[in-house]
Amino acid sequence: MRFQINGEPVDATPAPGQCLRSFIRDQEHFEVKKGCDTGDCGACSVLVDGTPVHSCIYPAFRAEGADVTTVAGLGRPGDLAPLQQRFVDAAGFQCGFCTAGLIVTASTLTEPDLDDLPRLLKGNLCRCTGYRAIEDAIRGTHTPADGSGRTGLGPVVQTGRRPGTVGTSLGAPAGERVVSGREPYTLDVTVPGLLHLSVLPSTQAHARIRSIRTDAAAALPGVHAVLTHADSPATLYSTARHEDRLDDPDDTLVLDPIVRFRGQRVAAVVADTVAIAEAACRLIEVDYEPLPAVFDPAEALRPGAALVHGDKDAAASRLADPQHNLVAELHGEYGDIAAGLAGAAHTVSGSWQTQRVAHTHLETHATIGWLEPGPDGENEGTGERLILRTSSQVPFLVHREICRLFDLEPSRLRVFTARVGGGFGGKQEILTEDIVTLAVLKTRRPVQYEFSRSDEFTLSPARHPMRIYVTLGADDTGRLTALKLGVLADTGAYGNHGPGVMYHGSSESVSLYRVPNKRVDAQSVYTNNLPSGAFRGYGLGQVIFGVESALDELARTVGLNPFDLRRLNSVGPADPLVVTHVEGEDLIFGSYGLDQCLDLAQAALARGNGQAVPAGAEWKVGEGMATAMIATTPPRGHYAQASVTLGDTFGDTFGDVTAANPGRYTVRVGTAEFGNGTTTVHAQLAATALGTTPDRIEILQSDTDAIGYDTGAFGSAGIVIAGKAVLAAANDLAARLRSAASERRPPIASAEWTLEPDGLRSGTAFVPLAELAEHAGASVLRGTGAEDGARRSVAFNVHAFRVAVSTLTGEVRILQSIQAADAGVVMNPEQCRGQIEGGVAQAIGTALYEEVVLDGAGTVTTSVLRNYHIPLLADLPLTEVYFADTSDVLGPFGAKSMSESPYNPVAPALANAVRDAIGIRPTELPMSRDRIWRLLHPERAAG
Amino acid sequence: MDLNTVLTITPARSREDLRALSPQVAPLAGGSDLFADPQVHLTGLVDLQTLRWPALTVTTDAVADGVTGTVADGVAGTDPGDTGGVSGLEIAATCTLAELSRLPAAPGWTAHPLLFQCCTALYGSFKIWNVATVGGNLCASLPAGPMTTLAAALEAEVLIWRADGSDERMPAAAFVTGNTTNVLGTGDVLRSIHVPASSLASRTVYRKIALSPLGRSGAVLVGRLDPAGGFVLTVTAGTVRPVQLRYPSLPAASALARDIAAIDYWFTDAHGAADWRRAVSGVLGEEIRAELEGAALENGEHP
Repeated sequence: MRFQINGEPVDATPAPGQCLRSFIRDQEHFEVKKGCDTGDCGACSVLVDGTPVHSCIYPAFRAEGADVTTVAGLGRPGDLAPLQQRFVDAAGFQCGFCTAGLIVTASTLTEPDLDDLPRLLKGNLCRCTGYRAIEDAIRGTHTPADGSGRTGLGPVVQTGRRPGTVGTSLGAPAGERVVSGREPYTLDVTVPGLLHLSVLPSTQAHARIRSIRTDAAAALPGVHAVLTHADSPATLYSTARHEDRLDDPDDTLVLDPIVRFRGQRVAAVVADTVAIAEAACRLIEVDYEPLPAVFDPAEALRPGAALVHGDKDAAASRLADPQHNLVAELHGEYGDIAAGLAGAAHTVSGSWQTQRVAHTHLETHATIGWLEPGPDGENEGTGERLILRTSSQVPFLVHREICRLFDLEPSRLRVFTARVGGGFGGKQEILTEDIVTLAVLKTRRPVQYEFSRSDEFTLSPARHPMRIYVTLGADDTGRLTALKLGVLADTGAYGNHGPGVMYHGSSESVSLYRVPNKRVDAQSVYTNNLPSGAFRGYGLGQVIFGVESALDELARTVGLNPFDLRRLNSVGPADPLVVTHVEGEDLIFGSYGLDQCLDLAQAALARGNGQAVPAGAEWKVGEGMATAMIATTPPRGHYAQASVTLGDTFGDTFGDVTAANPGRYTVRVGTAEFGNGTTTVHAQLAATALGTTPDRIEILQSDTDAIGYDTGAFGSAGIVIAGKAVLAAANDLAARLRSAASERRPPIASAEWTLEPDGLRSGTAFVPLAELAEHAGASVLRGTGAEDGARRSVAFNVHAFRVAVSTLTGEVRILQSIQAADAGVVMNPEQCRGQIEGGVAQAIGTALYEEVVLDGAGTVTTSVLRNYHIPLLADLPLTEVYFADTSDVLGPFGAKSMSESPYNPVAPALANAVRDAIGIRPTELPMSRDRIWRLLHPERAAG
Repeated sequence: MDLNTVLTITPARSREDLRALSPQVAPLAGGSDLFADPQVHLTGLVDLQTLRWPALTVTTDAVADGVTGTVADGVAGTDPGDTGGVSGLEIAATCTLAELSRLPAAPGWTAHPLLFQCCTALYGSFKIWNVATVGGNLCASLPAGPMTTLAAALEAEVLIWRADGSDERMPAAAFVTGNTTNVLGTGDVLRSIHVPASSLASRTVYRKIALSPLGRSGAVLVGRLDPAGGFVLTVTAGTVRPVQLRYPSLPAASALARDIAAIDYWFTDAHGAADWRRAVSGVLGEEIRAELEGAALENGEHP
C-alpha cells in the first residue's frame, strides 16, 4: 500500500494484523517508540492526516493513502520546530524516550487547550521528569524552583558565570536529537539478517520440568533454534550486577530445569520474525512436575515451608540458609538496646508494609547481539567477536559476567549501549543479554530480544516489598535512647540484589540518628513470587518509610515539632555513623547540609503557597515531614576510568583522525546515559577544566571498546565517580597542553598558561590548539583519569507536605510539596532540580498509587500499564526545590550525588501529613484512596 | 501491538459480509481495544468501518417504529414530531468518541453535556477518542466502560444484528451482563445505540471517582431527572454491570443512600476495592441528588 511518512511516499505492505507503530519502524522510522504497545503511554504517538493517534493500537492497513507525521517530521536538528526548541530550552526530558510522543501530541494543542492540559496529556506518560519541565516546555514558560509564578521561558540554559561550565544549567548535549527523534536508543538500528527471540514463560509458580517437546516448534518454517535448559550453560550466576560479583547469590541459570515463579523463562525460540517465534513457542509442550510453593515471606521462614532453592549449596551460592529460604540476614547491636528501651521515658513502636513497585522505565529491556568477524574472515576463527547492544546501566559488568558465563575471552566480547530509555535500577540486571548471547552463539546470526510491557511487570524484578518493625525509645526531652529495627524483605524467586537491598535499606536509615543503643534484625527471604531487585534508593525508601513514620509518632508523643526532633537527634558532622557498629573510615562527612535542609523545608512550609483547602467539612488538613540520608556512592569500590583527547574522533567522522578539528575534544567514559544527565555534567566538567565550551566536547560512553572500565551507572555514581574521572582526565590533559605550550614558547612556565577555546594564553603570548595538535603529530594529546570511590560522603534530603484528606472518599490532595536537598555544589541546577522532581514524582507514585498486585499464588494481576498507575501530569503537585549551600571535599568541584536520594523521604513525609490530617497513621503503601477510606471507616470496611 | 496470528482483514461492505465472523474472526471497529491485548485466538478481522454507517443521526423520537430522520453530520434538522421540539439521537456503533464528544447540542438537549462528560471518563486519552468507538466500548463491556454508562443513563436502546439475520432491540442497560461479558453471541454485531428525546431533554448530573484524579474509573454515577420529574440513578464502574435505581421523583437522601448500599454487584480490582466503591458511590449519589434538588429549587420547580 502507499502512504506518506513526513511527506515522503512509502510503498510497503503491512501484515494484516500489524499495528502502525511497528509498521512505521519497519520503514526505519525509529523515532516512533514502543513504551507499552497497549495505547496507554503515548510514546508512539503520530499524526495520521493531522489527527493524533497512538500508533500502537492503530491498524496499519488503515494508513493507506494517509499522511503520517512523526516527531522527525516536525523539525530537525538545526531547524527545530518552536515546540521542539522549547523542550530543549526547558529541559523537558530526561531519558527522552517519551519525548517524541509528547511533542507530537503537544503539537496538536491550541492555546485554549492549555487550560485542559492534565486531561489532554493523560495519554502521555513520563517516568523521569515529574512533568513540571514538560509543562513549562509546552507552555513556553519557566517555573522558578521555589514554585513562584511562571515567567517567560527565560535563559535557563545560559545562567551562571560562563555558559556551559559547572554551575550553569547547560542543556543535554543530545537535546536537539532527542526532541526531533534522531537520538537512537537500543533498538533504533537496522541490523541485516536480524532474527527475533521469543520466550515461553512458565505457567507454574514452582515446578520441575519433566520434559519439553520442541519438535513441532523446531519444525515450523522460519525457526532457527529452540533453546531449552539442555542448551543452557551449567554455570550459576545472578541477574544482579555489582562491582563485586560476590555481592549477589549465584542462584540463576540462563534456562533452568526448575521454574520458581510464574513467567520465568522455560524455553526460547529464535526465528525470522517475532510472529514465527511466538507461534513456535505456542507449539512447545512442557510437562511440569508441580512443587510446593510459598508466597508469603513470613511463611517462607517457618519450618517445613516449601524451599525455593533447597537444591543450592549455601557456600557455593553464597546464601545464608537455603534450607530456610534465607538469602541474607543481618543481626547486630550497638550499645545495649534493652537498657536503652528500659530507661526511656517515651517509647513508640509499630510495623509498616511496603509494596512491590515496577520501575516502568519507558524503554523496555532489550538486547541485539551479533557476531563480528575477525580480521581472518567470517569463520569462527581468531578475532571473531560477539557484540551486544543492550539497554543496560552496567555494560562493563554485563561484559564481565557474560564472559564468565559463556567462557569467552574478554577481548572476544564488546558490550555497549546507545542512549538508554530510563533505568532507575531496573537495568542493573542481566535480563536479556544472557539469552541473546546463547541464541547468537547457537545460530551465529544477529538476534534481538525485546521485552513487552507485560514482561516488565511479570519478569523484570520489582522493588522489594518489606515489612518493617521499628521501636524507638527517648528520654523526656525527646532525645533518642534506643532504635530497634526489624526488616523482612521478600526477594522473590531469585536473590538478585537481595542482600544489598537489605543491607543498604538498614544502613543510612539508622545511621542518620545519634542513638546510644541500636539493634537491627533484617532478613531477605525467598518466595515463589516475581523476583525483587534494585530500584532507586536501594531499600532505603522502604525502611525510611518505617523509621521516619515512627519518629513522627515519637515527636507527637514527646510533644516536639518533627523538625526539632530531627535537629535534636540527627548526626552532626562530628558524630560517628553507626548502624550496628561504627561505619568504616571510607564514609565521611565531606560536607554537611542537613541543618540547612531542615531550615529550608520548615521555612517553606511555614510560608505556605496560597493553595486553598478544598471546600467542605470532609476535608482535613495536615502537615508532615521526613528526612533521608544517603552515602554518595556504593561501598567497597566503584571504579571509573576516563580519557580526554584533543581532537580526533569528533562527530560524524568517527574514527577519521585526519578530519579532526583541533579545537575539539573527545571524552571517553564508561558510564551510561539513561536520563540521569551525567553526559551533560561530564561535558561541563571537561569544558570547565579545559577552558572551552561544551559544544566542542564529544562524549563517547558506555562502550567496553571506548575505555578500560567503569563499574556502571548505579548508586548515584555518575557525577561523583565517573564525573570525577572525567575531571581528572581533563585536568591531566590541561596540564599536558600547558607543558606543550611551554615547549613551544619558552621560557613561559606551564603554570602561566590559561586555556581558552582555541588555544592557550599567557599575557600577550598565544599558542593555538591547532599548533599543539600539529606539533604532537601522530602522538595524540590525551589526558587520563580514574576514580575508585574509596572515600564516600553523605547527602541529605528533607521533604515536607501539606495535604488535605477527604474523610468521605479517602482522597489525599497535596496542597504543598517541598524538598530541600544537600547536593553539595550543584553542577547543573535545572538538571539537578529535574532529578529531584523526578524522584519525588516516582515516590508520590509509590506513596499514593502504584502496586504490582499478585494473586497470592504467584500470578501478577497488574500486568498491563492501564492496571498499574504511574503518575500522570494530573497527579502531581509542583514541588518546590531548595538547595543547601554546601561544598563537598570529595566530589568534583564540591558536588554530591543527587539522583536516588530525593525518592527516599517522600512516602513517610506524606504518611506523616496524612496522619496529621486524619488522626490515624497509615502504615501501608500505597496510601490509595480505598486504603485511607478503610482507615477512616473501619466499621464499614470489608475484610 | 501487532496481532501476529491475524492473517486476513475483510472489509465489510454489507451485512452479508458479517457472516465471516466466527470465534476466530472478530469484528474490528477502532481497534483500540483489540490491538491493546494479545489475541492469539484470532485469525481474521472483519472491518466494520467500511460499512460507513453514519456516525450520528438526529432523529424524530419514534424509535418504536424504527423511523429515523435525516442525516446531517450530526446536526439537528429533522421534524421533532411530538416530543416537544426535542430530537432523539442515533449513534452508530462505529461512531468514535471524538465524534460524539464534538456533537453540538440540538434544541432542548439539556442532557447534552453528558456526552462529553462520559467521554472524559474513558481511561484512554483524547488520542484514543479519535479511534475508539461507542459500540466498541460497549462491546468490551468493562465495568468502567463510559459508553455503557452513557447509554444506560440515557435509557438508550441498542440495536443488535443477530448472526441469524434478525434484529433485536433491547435497553442498553441490559446489554452488559458482567465484567467483560454481554449479550452478544458469536457473529452478532452491535449496530447502533438510540437515545430517546425524553432522555436528552432530561437534566443530568455526572460524577466520577477513581483512585487517582484521572485514573480508570472506580465509580461513575449519573443521575437523570426527566421532564416529568422521574429520577433514575445509574451506577456503573464500581459494579460489574450497570445498576439503575428508579424513583418517581427525587428521593430523600436517606432512601437513596440505603438503596445504593443495598446494591450487590460491587467488585474489587486494581482500580478500587469493593467496599470503597460502595461507599464512594453513596457519596457521589448524594452529591448528584443534592445538585439536582438544588437546580430544581433554583428553577422554582418542586423536585
